[in-house]
Amino acid sequence: MKFIRNILDNIKPHVQKGEKFQAFHSMFDAADTLFYTPDVVTTSGSHIRDGVDMKRSMFIVVIAMIPALLFGMWNAGNLHYASIGETASFMDTFWFGFIQVLPIVLVTYIVGLGIEIAFAQGRGHEVNEGFFVSGMLIPLIVPVSTPLWMLAVAVAFAVVFGKEVFGGTGMNIVNPALLTRAVLFFAYPSAMSGDKVWIAEKADAFSGATPLAELTAGNDIGISHMEMIIGNYAGSVGETSIIALAIGAFILLATGVGNWKLMLSFFVGGIAMGGILHGLADSFPDNTYLQLCPWEHILIGGFAFGGIFMITDPVTAAQTEMGKWIYGFLAGFIAILVRVLNPAYPEGVMLAILFMNVFAPTIDFYVVDSNIKKRLKRAKLSA
Amino acid sequence: MAEEKEPMFSPKNIKLLTNPINVDNPITKQVLGICSALAVTVKLEPAIVMSLSVLVVLSFGNVIISFMRNGIPSRIRIIVQLVVIAALVILVDQVLKAYAYNVSKQLSVFVGLIITNCIIMGRFEAFAMTNKPWPSFLDGLGNAFGYAWILVAVAFFRELFGTGSLMGLQIIPDSFYEIGYVNNGLVLLPPMALFAVATIIWVQRSRNKDLVED
Repeated sequence: MKFIRNILDNIKPHVQKGEKFQAFHSMFDAADTLFYTPDVVTTSGSHIRDGVDMKRSMFIVVIAMIPALLFGMWNAGNLHYASIGETASFMDTFWFGFIQVLPIVLVTYIVGLGIEIAFAQGRGHEVNEGFFVSGMLIPLIVPVSTPLWMLAVAVAFAVVFGKEVFGGTGMNIVNPALLTRAVLFFAYPSAMSGDKVWIAEKADAFSGATPLAELTAGNDIGISHMEMIIGNYAGSVGETSIIALAIGAFILLATGVGNWKLMLSFFVGGIAMGGILHGLADSFPDNTYLQLCPWEHILIGGFAFGGIFMITDPVTAAQTEMGKWIYGFLAGFIAILVRVLNPAYPEGVMLAILFMNVFAPTIDFYVVDSNIKKRLKRAKLSA
Repeated sequence: MAEEKEPMFSPKNIKLLTNPINVDNPITKQVLGICSALAVTVKLEPAIVMSLSVLVVLSFGNVIISFMRNGIPSRIRIIVQLVVIAALVILVDQVLKAYAYNVSKQLSVFVGLIITNCIIMGRFEAFAMTNKPWPSFLDGLGNAFGYAWILVAVAFFRELFGTGSLMGLQIIPDSFYEIGYVNNGLVLLPPMALFAVATIIWVQRSRNKDLVED
C-alpha cells in the first residue's frame, strides 16, 4: 500500500495554497483522508483518544447497508423476470438488477459529492464523509426505474437546501436522503408512485403495485408472511427484505453506531399505532388497511428500513436520552397513522421521520428544561 | 424652508427610488409582503398584474397619506390608512374586472387582500407619515418596483419549471417531453416560492455582506 502514499505525497505540494492546482485542494484532502488517518490531533483541552472518527462510523453504516443493496439488486432482476414471465438463473437475475441499480448509485454519488466538494472548496472546509452514507441511502429508497436526471435534480436540491445552507455535515435539520426522496415524491409524483415504477422494464399486463398501494386501494395485500420477511415483492430498491435489513441492524447495534433506543422506540410506536388502528377495524369495515395486524405493518414497505437506517441518523434525531424515546416513538406512531388513514400516501414513513426531524430540537429543549426544573426543585428542598 | 428648493431628482430622492430595489428590498430585506409572493407567483401573468396593482396602490396611497399626514390624529391613523388603501384597492379591482377579467378571476381574492399587504401599511407608517408627497411618491414607486422584480423573478422560475411555459405560451419544446422531461410538480407548490425567495436572499447577502444580520 506504500505506493498510494507515494502518489499522494507527490501530488501534495502542487495543491497547496498559491500553487497551480489549488482548486483541487479539497479533493486531494478527501482522497488523502480516505486512505490514511490524518495526522491532525486536538491540541487543547481534554479529549478521548480512540480510533473511531466520523470516517469510520460512516463507513460502518455503509457496510450495514450492503446486504440491503445486494438484495435490492437481486430483487430488481427477480421482479423483472417475474413480470415478463421468464425464469432466469441466479446470476442473470442479479446481473440484470446490478445494471439497473448501479447507475442510480453512481449518479447519486457524483452529483452529491460534486456539490459537497464545491461547497467545501468555496468555504475552505475539508470535505467530510457525511455524504457517503446519504449517497448509499438514496439509491435504496427510490424506485428502481427512477429516471436518473430526476434523481440528479433531487439530490442537488436536497444537498444544497437540506444540508449546505445550514453549514454542511452535522448541521442539517432534516435527513438529506429522506429530503431527496421527498423532493422526488412531490416534484415527480408519476415517477415515484403508482404501479408502473417499481419494476424495471415491466411487462404491461403485470400488476406492479406495492402491497401498500394494494391495501390503500382496498385490495388484498397479495403477499405471504414469508415473502414479507424475504422481501421478494415490489417496493423501493433496498426497503423490502427484513432479513437483509436485520443484518444491517445487527451491524449497527453491535458496533454501537446506531442507537438502540431510537430503533426500539420507533418499532414500538409503529406497533402501538398499528394496534390502535387494528382495534378499530370492526368499526370501519370499509378501510381494508385497518385489518392489517400491527406486526405485519412493521414488516412491509419502508417501515423497517426507516426504523433501522433513517431514525438512527445521529444528526437529525433527538440528542437527549429521554428525547430519543419520545422522538422514535412519535415517528413510528405517525408513520402508521399516515399510512393507514391518508389515502394519498400509501407509505408514511418518509413523511413521519421528516416531520419528527423538524421537532427533534423542540423535544430536546423540553427534556432539558424539565430536567433543570426537577433539579432546581431538589436543590430547593435540600436547602 | 430651504428644503423646498431641493431638486426633484436630488441624489437623496434617487436613493429613495433605487434603494428598495436592491439593498432595502421590501421582500428580501424588510421581509414584508411574503404572503402574496407565495400566493400569486405560480404563473407570470398574475404576478405582473399583482405587481402593477401594488404599484398603483402603494405610490398613490403614499402620496395621499403624505398630503394628509399633518391632519391625521395619531390615535386613529391606522384606520385612516386603511380607508385610503381600501379605496384604492377597490378602484384597482374595478379596473381589473373591466379590462382584464380573466386575470382578475385568477387573482380572485388576492386583489382584495392587497389591503392587508404588509408592504403598503409598512411604507405608510415608516415613510409617508413623516415625509413630503414627492419623496413619498418616489418611495412608494421604489418599493413597488422592489416588490415587483422579486415577484416576477419567482414567477418566471416557477412557471418555466412548473408548467414549461411563460405567460401561458409553451417554452419548453415537445421534443424535450418526448425524451422524458417532466414538469416539476414541487415548483408549483407554495413552499417552492419560499425556496426561490430564500435563494434570492442568499445570493443578495453573499454579494453584499453589509446586509447580513447576526
